[in-house]
Amino acid sequence: MRPFDYIRADAPATATKEAGAGARYIAGGTNLLDLMKLEVMTPERLVDITRLDLRDVERTPEGGLKIGALVTNSDLAAHPDVRRDYPVLSRALLSGATGQLRNKATAGGNLLQRTRCYYFYDPAQPCNKRDPGSGCGAIGGFNRIHAILGASEHCIATHPSDMAVAMRALDAEIEVEGADGAGRRIPIADLHRLPSDTPQDETTLAPGDLITAVILPPPAKNTFQAYRKVRDRASYAFALVSVACVLRMDGDRIGGVALAFGGLAHKPWRDPEVEATLTGESPSDDLFDKAADTLLREAQGQGGNDFKIPLARRTLKAVLREATQTEAAA
Amino acid sequence: MEITLDINGDRQVLDLDPRTSLLDALRHHLGLTGSKKGCDHGQCGACTILVNGRRINSCLTLAAMHEDDEITTIEGIGRPGHLAPLQEGFVRHDGFQCGYCTPGQIMSATAMIEEAREGWPSYVSPSLEGDIELSDEEIAERMSGNLCRCAAYTGIVQAIREAAETREAAE
Ligand SMILES: Cc1cc2nc3c(=O)[nH]c(=O)nc-3n(C[C@H](O)[C@H](O)[C@H](O)COP(=O)(O)OP(=O)(O)OC[C@H]3O[C@@H](n4cnc5c(N)ncnc54)[C@H](O)[C@@H]3O)c2cc1C
Ligand code: SF4
Ligand code: FES
Ligand code: FES
Repeated sequence: MRPFDYIRADAPATATKEAGAGARYIAGGTNLLDLMKLEVMTPERLVDITRLDLRDVERTPEGGLKIGALVTNSDLAAHPDVRRDYPVLSRALLSGATGQLRNKATAGGNLLQRTRCYYFYDPAQPCNKRDPGSGCGAIGGFNRIHAILGASEHCIATHPSDMAVAMRALDAEIEVEGADGAGRRIPIADLHRLPSDTPQDETTLAPGDLITAVILPPPAKNTFQAYRKVRDRASYAFALVSVACVLRMDGDRIGGVALAFGGLAHKPWRDPEVEATLTGESPSDDLFDKAADTLLREAQGQGGNDFKIPLARRTLKAVLREATQTEAAA
Repeated sequence: MEITLDINGDRQVLDLDPRTSLLDALRHHLGLTGSKKGCDHGQCGACTILVNGRRINSCLTLAAMHEDDEITTIEGIGRPGHLAPLQEGFVRHDGFQCGYCTPGQIMSATAMIEEAREGWPSYVSPSLEGDIELSDEEIAERMSGNLCRCAAYTGIVQAIREAAETREAAE
């Protein structure tokens, strides 16, 4: 690990003041320290934000939930309001990592965790994200875990978070405090970027921006919520494909639905056209196939991850059948 | 830099490089070698300790970040002659072969039993609300962060189930 200066912040304003060029915030440290040990990340200064008062989960005046950036993944998954009103979020959190890691991992750090692409993790390999301009080892290489949607010729990495996929389906907003002390809110849809020709820029945050909270809108009434994760092991593995679903029936028709996908792209993926295909229709396997056709209309395999295209279809259909209590076509 | 840590109830003042992981502080600077280093990347659980009663991987955190925290290691759980019930259970049920993963398993299980008592659900819990019954499936899911290279899993699960039941009966 490269040497760094260690600074402990006692208030958001001191944190943002200390976080100049070459600095990183450290929260749970479960992603940052892993990458620093491998010298994939080499910050010159670490600003420890764990003493900041950002550990509360509170009701918002609108009836939603404000989740402090330092709330651990364990505490958030077990929070009574989250379990009752946002079960998709509890399930997504519980599907991720392990008991030990969830006790450390924070809401802010989880959103900003970096890809698990093997070439990104190995400084001896080319990687445009770690070392812009060096090429992409995964294109034409091993790419079992890589993206089938929204990728570019410069990077085909996926975003690994489960939590962020559920938050995407729930239309969360991210509360940020900038280096100048000014606060703002970013819809989660606009937090993460697609790789385009600058895969090193993963989010729309500016250097020194501090995430202070995640805001959930008031819970949707009478919805079915589920997080289905498909992975190489029964537990303790990243998603190959995951689906977060919030669905409301209106009589025997689909009244409204939000669907977000993990494992498919450089960001939690959501496609309004998929939701439009389903809304107002009566559920059937044919309809679900149409939704999958829409989702995957521009999907592109890279060889090792071709299986994700049929897997995404089947996972989506399985979730929709469960949500609408529809039997599979014989 | 000078760092003060509270470990198993003792205050320890150490002069450490800021890069020192909590695991290395315990093993190399304090001679508390019960916590093991398997992967050093948060993947195996051999380094599991308790911070303020919660289980964490001590390899993926900096010692400097834990001033004022209450740290418990396997040495603080029980010693030869005064074993904790979980430690006795691991012996009785053959919950190990080489023993390398064992301190981490025991620290993890100690906290896991409390998590279940607080009603924390897991990914395999049928409902997110209500009491948790530590079935073998629940134990396996909740202990998935502790790998055992010798695959002593059968004995590990038996030892944990027994300790959880004893804990319940004691109420
Ligand atoms: C073995 C292993 C298995 C895992 N499996 C899964 C899995 O199945 N699913 C899953 O979703 N995740 C998984 N993870 C990843 C884990 O969820 C992340 O490491 C964790 O959520 C990161 O949170 P943290 O608080 O530890 O972040 P840190 O490591 O502290 O920080 C991560 C990044 O975010 C920045 N940051 C942190 N907080 C803030 C803030 N408030 N404002 C601005 N910037 C901030 C840091 O500067 C850093 O760049 C796994 C990790 C490991 C090691
Ligand atoms: S997919 Fe992205 S992260 Fe992986 S090697 Fe290519 S550029 Fe790097
Ligand atoms: S040594 Fe810490 S998890 Fe393996
Ligand atoms: S007993 Fe050998 S690794 Fe578990």
